[in-house]
Amino acid sequence: MQSINMELAQYSELFMLIAGFIYTGAFMLFAVDMIRSSATIRRVEAELAAENAAERTLVSYGAPADNPGTGEPEAAPAEELVDEEMAYLGTRRPFANVAVALTVLGVAAHTFAVAARGIAANRVPWANMYEFLTTSALVVAAVYLLVLTRKDVRFLGTFALGLVVTMMAAATMGFPTPVAHVQPALQSPWIAIHVSLAVLAISLFTLTFAMNVLQLIQHRRELSQAAGETTRRSGWQFLRLAPSATSLENWAYRMNAVGFVFWTLGPLITGAIWAEETWGRYWGWDVKEVWTFVIWVVYAGYLHARATRGWTGNRAAWLSIIGYGCIIFNYAVVNIYFPGLHSYAGLPE
Amino acid sequence: MAEKRENTYMPAGHRDAPEAAENDPRTAGGKPEVATPALGVKGMLRWAWTQLTSMRTALMLLLLLAVAAVPGSIFPQRVQDSFAVATWIEDNPGAGEVLDFLQFFDVYSSIWFSAIYLLLFISLIGCILPRAKKHWQQITSAPPRTPRRLERLPESGALELQSSSAGDAQDGPDAETALQDAAAILKARRYRVEVRETSVGAERGYLKETGNLLFHISLVGVLICVALGSMFSYRGQKILVEDESFVNALVAYDNFYPGAYFNEDQMQPFSVSLDAFERVFDRESTTHFGQALDFTADVTTRLGADGEPQTEELKVNQPLTMDGARVFLVGNGYAPEVTVRDGDGEVAFSGPVITRPDDGVYTSMAVIKAPDASPEQLGFVGLFLPTSQDAGDGLAVSVDPELGNPELQLNSYYGDLGLDDGLAQNVYVLDTESLETLNSRELDAGGIVLSPGETYDLPEGMGSISFDGVKDYIAIDIHYNPAQQGVLIFALTALGGLVLSLFLRRRRAWVTVETTPAGRTLVRYGLLSRGEDFKIRDENIALRTQFEKKWPVRAPEKES
Repeated sequence: MQSINMELAQYSELFMLIAGFIYTGAFMLFAVDMIRSSATIRRVEAELAAENAAERTLVSYGAPADNPGTGEPEAAPAEELVDEEMAYLGTRRPFANVAVALTVLGVAAHTFAVAARGIAANRVPWANMYEFLTTSALVVAAVYLLVLTRKDVRFLGTFALGLVVTMMAAATMGFPTPVAHVQPALQSPWIAIHVSLAVLAISLFTLTFAMNVLQLIQHRRELSQAAGETTRRSGWQFLRLAPSATSLENWAYRMNAVGFVFWTLGPLITGAIWAEETWGRYWGWDVKEVWTFVIWVVYAGYLHARATRGWTGNRAAWLSIIGYGCIIFNYAVVNIYFPGLHSYAGLPE
Repeated sequence: MAEKRENTYMPAGHRDAPEAAENDPRTAGGKPEVATPALGVKGMLRWAWTQLTSMRTALMLLLLLAVAAVPGSIFPQRVQDSFAVATWIEDNPGAGEVLDFLQFFDVYSSIWFSAIYLLLFISLIGCILPRAKKHWQQITSAPPRTPRRLERLPESGALELQSSSAGDAQDGPDAETALQDAAAILKARRYRVEVRETSVGAERGYLKETGNLLFHISLVGVLICVALGSMFSYRGQKILVEDESFVNALVAYDNFYPGAYFNEDQMQPFSVSLDAFERVFDRESTTHFGQALDFTADVTTRLGADGEPQTEELKVNQPLTMDGARVFLVGNGYAPEVTVRDGDGEVAFSGPVITRPDDGVYTSMAVIKAPDASPEQLGFVGLFLPTSQDAGDGLAVSVDPELGNPELQLNSYYGDLGLDDGLAQNVYVLDTESLETLNSRELDAGGIVLSPGETYDLPEGMGSISFDGVKDYIAIDIHYNPAQQGVLIFALTALGGLVLSLFLRRRRAWVTVETTPAGRTLVRYGLLSRGEDFKIRDENIALRTQFEKKWPVRAPEKES
């Protein structure tokens, strides 16, 4: 077995810390952007008002050509600050933009740290709790950035980066583990597939968790708004820069569907194949297997809830949140406190 | 959110999925949700069936299944560790018995867990069958008839084509030709198309529903294969010391768990013998020094009674397949070779003693029973330490998993070992309560400490014990499950069905043509998605772009 490159391993740990600090900075700036929402809204409203005034003089030139449908021009309501499809509307949010730039920087440092760890140990960098968390955090941040290139999800920044920072802190403070070779049971090509799919699924579920929480809050605001309460002074202004609850729900659903497929193939199917190869049975109701099954069933329930009368909207969102709660439990509590075959936490005794 | 939302996705075909009825403009308004139960047994049964196969019930059962699975992770389960269950019940008198009665230690074979998943699967089958029938009808019949008012569909549009007879610059096709063109375009976009008198009906994405059905049918397949597996499978365990052989026959097993319909004749005739065993430990790391890195068992296998012997490697992630049965390396340890002589000088025990490693440095429990010894039966309990080191106060501990300084540390006892009354006993446990102690740290005689090659004479002329050497042993699991492949295949088809049903889009499109009083051709089209479709607006734009490319479209008249 090839020796471990200790120097590279140390660089990995250093860059993990650096990435953590950069993420913290990004998180803080996203928070500042959130707090300054009312200022942003005032500016956007002023811009919209000016635009509308200009448009009124232009309207005699006819309908915009790219308008599908019957060719009638679709007048956008002036109070619409966000697009339901989360497209960029050109809203200037300097703090959020710097935060995004910092996130890019953080992901770069983080990628180096994770890759260096893998190269140092000459294996995949997700074989214990520390590595699993740091890799998951990287995927969460990277997926968030990926979505940002196509959709304006800056409103999600505080939540996404908050979770990333939490994961990084939990990994480096809660489960610090020096780099090492892995025990024989983990030396299988399946670790690359089984665990990476779990990481992908969990990263998606992390993002949808944030969206579903936001959906619930947004829904409350929409209700009070419908009841005629003014949100000008009360309530959270940043919610006006977030899409509607329905839009959040739809997007969370689309990501959850992908996450569910990953979860089916990763933890469930490839997990069973690997379990058969190592332990001689594909399913044995080991604690980890129980919770993998529970999570799968909860998310399956979520997908069905979206098709059941009276279960869409908030209830579906709650199911998704409960599913994520089970994932946290499966990760944090089951690994540490429940004895089972999956005791690979690598924690010092 | 309680109101009906357009384009809401309906994944499974449960009965109250608002599905077609709500999305279909022809039956807008829908039917009453639940019929009042009719009187009489038949009516009640029908009502119960409707309830069971409703989406809401299925959802409840699904969530209930998740909740019911949880206790299995909280309480020890007999399928995994019956010893832990016995200990738990002993430690929690009262609660233990109650929970045992409620099958909390056999959750996954309990009545209540089985009831939930069986009801769930009945509900599922009750949904699949009518839905498959309906899907078959839709596949084999033409796309649905054209709605009267296309502009009421979620996505629609209209194009007025130019006509030179009406004084336009270009001459567009007449209504008949436009209809054929539209049909061709829809066909190219992979719609199934039917051309009618003045309209085209089209539908695509039938595979979405096929995938949905495939997913649910596959789940039934998985369940059936799991059940078949538990009937016809067998599994067992065997400990194999270096140079020993195992022949796959019932008598050879240490533990054996047959399926309900297991037949001894189905056991594959093969043998495995352990030639050598090698352990590799981490010798470089400062933080993980001594961690196990690799276990390799060199074995000789033989298929059938007179098959060719083959040398093979058995490793942790590398099981052997012997005629359908699989052999797994699940454990290993040290087997010190010991000879016990009794007070008469006769050999009462001789051979390797299987010790049970307790930790990463192979601190191993050793129990030796010599019931043939006379005048008194002899028993020994203690530890085997691969690399023994004095931890101060005379207490030795193992500091390394490899054989650096192997030592046996034993207490000895004499008396009736309790083996003669025919009751089964655990080989790894010696009940010392009714025995007299000969050697122990508490006694003047002290404990027995032996290195390889050494012999210790027991006090009171009871005999002697010698430590002759150390052998390796491996623990192997033998599994045979003929339905295992079936489970995998159905799991994969389920995954395929899931992908189809989640990511394909089922859409209907209609195009109508008419000739305006001015002599121009007016093309109207409408789109309807069945199920969740976030891209139907894109489809509208793409379709319109293709129409505009095909025909000279007249600029829309300005709204006054």
